[in-house]
Amino acid sequence: MTTTDSTTLDRGSPLVPGEVVLDERVAPRAPWSAVVRAGHVLTIVDVGGNQSADCLLFADADRSERYSVPDTLAWQGNAYVRTGTVLRSQFGTPLATVVADEVGRQDTIGGACGKESNTLRYGHHTAHQHGCRENFLAEGARHGLSARDLVSNLNWFMNVPVEPDGSLGIVDGISGPGKRVAFRAEVDLLVVVSNCPQVNNPCNDFDPTPLRMLVTTPAGGSR
Amino acid sequence: MSTRNTATVLAARDDARARGGTTSDWMPHLPASSSPHPPAGVDPALLTWAETVAPGGYTSRVLARGTRLRLSDVTGDACAHVLLFSAVAPWERLNVADTQKIPWQAYLGEGHPLLSGDGRVLATVVADTSGRHDAFCGTSSDAWNERRYGDAAPQGPSPSGRGLFTLAAAKQGLEPRDLPPSVSFFQGVRVEADGGFRWLGSAGPAEVDLLAELPLTVLVANTAHPLDPRPRFTVGPLRVHAWRSTPTSAADERFTRTPELHRAYLNTLDHAEARGL
Repeated sequence: MTTTDSTTLDRGSPLVPGEVVLDERVAPRAPWSAVVRAGHVLTIVDVGGNQSADCLLFADADRSERYSVPDTLAWQGNAYVRTGTVLRSQFGTPLATVVADEVGRQDTIGGACGKESNTLRYGHHTAHQHGCRENFLAEGARHGLSARDLVSNLNWFMNVPVEPDGSLGIVDGISGPGKRVAFRAEVDLLVVVSNCPQVNNPCNDFDPTPLRMLVTTPAGGSR
Repeated sequence: MSTRNTATVLAARDDARARGGTTSDWMPHLPASSSPHPPAGVDPALLTWAETVAPGGYTSRVLARGTRLRLSDVTGDACAHVLLFSAVAPWERLNVADTQKIPWQAYLGEGHPLLSGDGRVLATVVADTSGRHDAFCGTSSDAWNERRYGDAAPQGPSPSGRGLFTLAAAKQGLEPRDLPPSVSFFQGVRVEADGGFRWLGSAGPAEVDLLAELPLTVLVANTAHPLDPRPRFTVGPLRVHAWRSTPTSAADERFTRTPELHRAYLNTLDHAEARGL
C-alpha cells in the first residue's frame, strides 16, 4: 500500500521541550525499535493521521520484564491510556509514563493484527497480507525476542470504545495529521513498534502512513 | 514434642503410611471417577480430572482435545485465573486481545471462544451460570498483593496470581516468559463510559464449562481478583472436573454462529486434522 496523494502529512516536532537525541521516520507498514534511556521522552508523531502505532515495551536490563496490559489497567482502574497513565510491567513496575497526549485517549485493548487473526476477522483471502504480529516477530528477532515474548500491546492513535454491553471494536480514529503522544521512560526501555499495515479496518483509515519517532532529553538535563 | 514414634526408619515408615487415606477439603480425587461431587448427568467413568483447588492454590493439567472442563465456584468466593496453551506447541497460547477483539465482545460468556494469537480456538466457553468474568485486569502481581494484603508469597496467606502461575507453569516446563495476560472467571468487572472499571463481584455459586478444541496445557490459579475491594484476602475453594467429550464440529450450532467463529473453527479443524490430533 502506498500513501495516497490526498493524504496530509505533518511531521510535527517534539511534544516535550528538550534536546533531540534521536529523530527517525518509520515508513508505512514497517517495524521500528530503539532503546530509550531512563528519563528520556519518546514523542510519536501521527504524521498522516489515524495511523495506529502498535507498541511493545521491554525493560532493557532484563527483557523478560515487559509491558503488561492488565497490570497497567488494573493499577489505574481504567481501560484506556491517556496522559498520566503509568505503563507497567507484569510485575507492576512502572516502565514509562504518558506525559502528553494530543488525542485524548489511546487504546491498549485491541492488540495487534496478524496474518492468522486477519483470517478470522476478514476472511482467508487476507492471509497473504503483512501484519503487526509479523513486524513484532521480525523486529523482535533482531533483539533476541521470539513469539514467547509477544504479549498484548499498546496501540497509539487507535480508537477502541467499549460499549455498555461489552461490545468493542476498532472504529474511526480520533487522531489526525501531526497529532502526537509522548511518554517518558522510567527505566531503560527497548521500544518495539509496528507501523500498522492493516488495510481492512479504520485503524489507519485504510491507508498506512508514516510515523516520526523523536527522543528527547528533557530541558534542564536528566539522567 | 511429637507423641508420634518416628525414632527409627520402620517406625517413621509406619507413621507416614498411617496417614494414607486421609481426606482434605482441597485435594485431587484419584481415579477421577471417585470424585465425591461428580457432575450431574456425566458418567463418572468418563471423568479424567477431579480436584478441589484450595483458596490461594493452583493446579495445572494437560487435556486431550475434546475434553470438557468444568470449573465450579462452590461458595461464590472462588476466582479462577486461567491460562491456556497448545499442548503440542506451547508458543501458541491464549491471546486476550484477540479473545476480546475478534468476537467484538469484551465480556466472556456462553459461546465465547478463548483464542490463540494464531487464529485458532483453544477452548470454547460452552456453559456459564455466572456471567461475571473478566478479561481486562488479568491476575495479581506480587507488588499488588503486597500493597493490598501485606504479603504475596505462594506459601503465605495471600498469594499473587502471577506467583501461582509461575509455579504452575514450571510444572509444565514453561517459564515466566511464557506467561501472557490471563482471563478470570467468577468475579466480574464492567467498563463504564469513561473507561473506569466497575466491580461486579460474584454471582454466587456458579459453574463454567470450557471445551478443549485442541490438546491443551491448562494453568489455573485460584486467588483474589486484583480489583476485589474486600479489605481481607477472600477466596473460596474451586472445584475442577474434566471428562471426555467431543470438540466443536460442523454439526454444532456454534460452528457457524458468527463469521468470525466459523473461520476460527475452520482454522482449528484444519490444524488438528493436519497434525492428526
